[in-house]
Amino acid sequence: MTLDRMKRGQRCRILSIPSELIRAQALRFGIAEGEVVTCCEVIPGGPVVISKNRQEIAIGRGLARQIEVEGSF
Amino acid sequence: MTHCHCPGLKIEVPAGARRIVLAGNPNTGKSVFFNHFTGMYVDVSNYPGTTLDISYGRYGSDVVIDTPGVYGISSFNDEERIARDIILSADLVLNVVSAAHLERDLFLTQQIIDTGVPVIVALNMMDDAKRMGIEVDVDRLSHLLGVPVIPTVAVKKEGFDRLKAELLTARPGHPTPGLEEELDQLLNRVGSRGEALLVLEGDPVIAARHGLEPGTRREEIYRRRRERVNEICQQVVRETSRDVGVATILGRWMIKPLTGVPILFLALWAMYKAIGVFIAGTVVGITEETIMQGIYEPAVRQFVEQFIPQSSIPGTILIGEFGLLTMTVTYLLGLLMPLVVGFYFFLSLFEDSGYLPRIATLVDRLLTSIGLNGRGVIPIILGFGCVTMATITTRLLSSDRERKIAIFLLGLTIPCSAQLGVIAGMLATLGPQYVALYALVIFSVLVMAGTLLSTLLPGKSADLFIDLPPLRLPRLDNVLKKTGTKSYHFLKEAAPLFALGALIISTFQVTGILEFLQNLLAPLTVGWLNLPREAATAFIMGIVRRDFGAAGLTDLALSPLQTIVALITITLFVPCIASILVIFKERTKKEALFIWGSSWVAAFLVGGLVAQLARLFNPAGDKVQVLPVVLAFAALTLAIVGMCLFLRRTKPTTNIPG
Repeated sequence: MTLDRMKRGQRCRILSIPSELIRAQALRFGIAEGEVVTCCEVIPGGPVVISKNRQEIAIGRGLARQIEVEGSF
Repeated sequence: MTHCHCPGLKIEVPAGARRIVLAGNPNTGKSVFFNHFTGMYVDVSNYPGTTLDISYGRYGSDVVIDTPGVYGISSFNDEERIARDIILSADLVLNVVSAAHLERDLFLTQQIIDTGVPVIVALNMMDDAKRMGIEVDVDRLSHLLGVPVIPTVAVKKEGFDRLKAELLTARPGHPTPGLEEELDQLLNRVGSRGEALLVLEGDPVIAARHGLEPGTRREEIYRRRRERVNEICQQVVRETSRDVGVATILGRWMIKPLTGVPILFLALWAMYKAIGVFIAGTVVGITEETIMQGIYEPAVRQFVEQFIPQSSIPGTILIGEFGLLTMTVTYLLGLLMPLVVGFYFFLSLFEDSGYLPRIATLVDRLLTSIGLNGRGVIPIILGFGCVTMATITTRLLSSDRERKIAIFLLGLTIPCSAQLGVIAGMLATLGPQYVALYALVIFSVLVMAGTLLSTLLPGKSADLFIDLPPLRLPRLDNVLKKTGTKSYHFLKEAAPLFALGALIISTFQVTGILEFLQNLLAPLTVGWLNLPREAATAFIMGIVRRDFGAAGLTDLALSPLQTIVALITITLFVPCIASILVIFKERTKKEALFIWGSSWVAAFLVGGLVAQLARLFNPAGDKVQVLPVVLAFAALTLAIVGMCLFLRRTKPTTNIPG
């Protein structure tokens, strides 16, 4: 499954993030592949907001489509 | 005196002085520390090739250097490159960390520690953390990092005395496990541990400096560092409560369309009331008319006329209609300065409260369709204030492709506040259906131009990937300070450009080129736009400033149809001289010329199209059948968007993050 298909409040484990640059940025924000995150908002047609602990990240729809996740916890 | 090692950055460091570098993530309160340490005497150095200014000042016999807020140091963007170079040249790093966001902030801390430089951590926002139910074991954190950690509340100056007393106890900390051995191998060849680290992390710039191939292990090192940081956090952070505060709820409302759109409109309305009505009306009325035109201009005219008559050539250039000493100074100080201060005030307010990234999230979807991502909304909002200033802020966009699109759209479709004032006044006399026609035509041009550019330019826009910091109440003194600094820099940058613009137009006037151009334009204005011959004057004026142009139209006797055609044309017309000069400075000559040229084409094409369509639907009258014209434009927009969607399918896509 991909991140864009998550629903608000669902938890999922991030399996893969497409580009190396995005992976590096995600690591800085505290989110790595294998990590369990909460999907805290889905803007219709727009970005998906995920959170881990108190860190929130908005991810554009196009990128969310390429992030493989495994739900739900 | 010696210079900072940072390549190109000129910071004077007296012999024997330590370079104390302030580093931290965005919005950790770093600037309060900087101001506290350096006091009033602050210098600013521009980093070559960028427009980022680095502040530095004296602290005792040492020098304190500020760095841009970053999440890590590498070569991802200008901010990082600068922070990287300054940190690599530091004798001591004071790392400001938010206690409320240790997981995110400690990544940078650990990276700085890995460079081997002596570090002291200011664990800031202890009060925020407490309110959020977060407890941090400071001693344990210090023990695990291997560097001193001082708890602070910067805005209340809590912990500052201790920080100052212990500043020099900064020491190299514990690096990410396993890193040391790998660095030792490189150290011989590179000579500095920090640079060796960045080479290993694949930083292309640092690797090139040493003639080495950049390493390919960034991800692995980042991952290990992240694991290390998570481990530390697990040991030192204790959550006592986890209640959802008002800020969290409001923050969510801001990004959901149903609540976010009304909140955004409310914010824009407040901004419009403050800047568009209060500043542009009341304040500018006083500064421009009463002070500058009422007192300053007559005084300077009188003074100059003692030496040269106003009708002479140097007289015209100095104190004539577009005079260097009259119009330039009045526009800059009387008109532009108050507007700029107002805009920077709101921008700082939005920035400090954490609202900007939420607006970006809210409108991301809309903007991706015109080749931008959510962050593109910031220059567009600013454009309604001043296109020149907005053009400069496109620097915050993540790719060159996005900057191209944003600058083009700003130059073509966004009317600035001064112009919007004149336009609104003229439209108001025609009635709401004309206002709708105007807005819809301009909006459809924005969509068409954006979609076309997005399709034709190679590549694909970056996807949104941003940190949503917690919402918080901005501090007035911080906001005012930011407003002051930014306004000053704007003035410094705009003044010479303005003077140049005035000089060019005065020269045109003196040499008769102005009149020649007027005649040259006439066939276009009369034949194609169906406007009276004199309307050409307005467009010539519009080259200098678009609000000039719009104002030039108010004196003409125009039918409703002619008014709407003229207003649409002048809105899409070339950016004002200040804007285009900034575009020349920001972009290549070729691109700036393209923007300027295509604005001419687009303005007359669209204006003429409206005129011809209106005549087609209502051959005899002076009025416009609004509905058919709007429908025709909607159909045209749909056709272009449809065509672009078709073209995009056949286009290879690449992914640029940001």
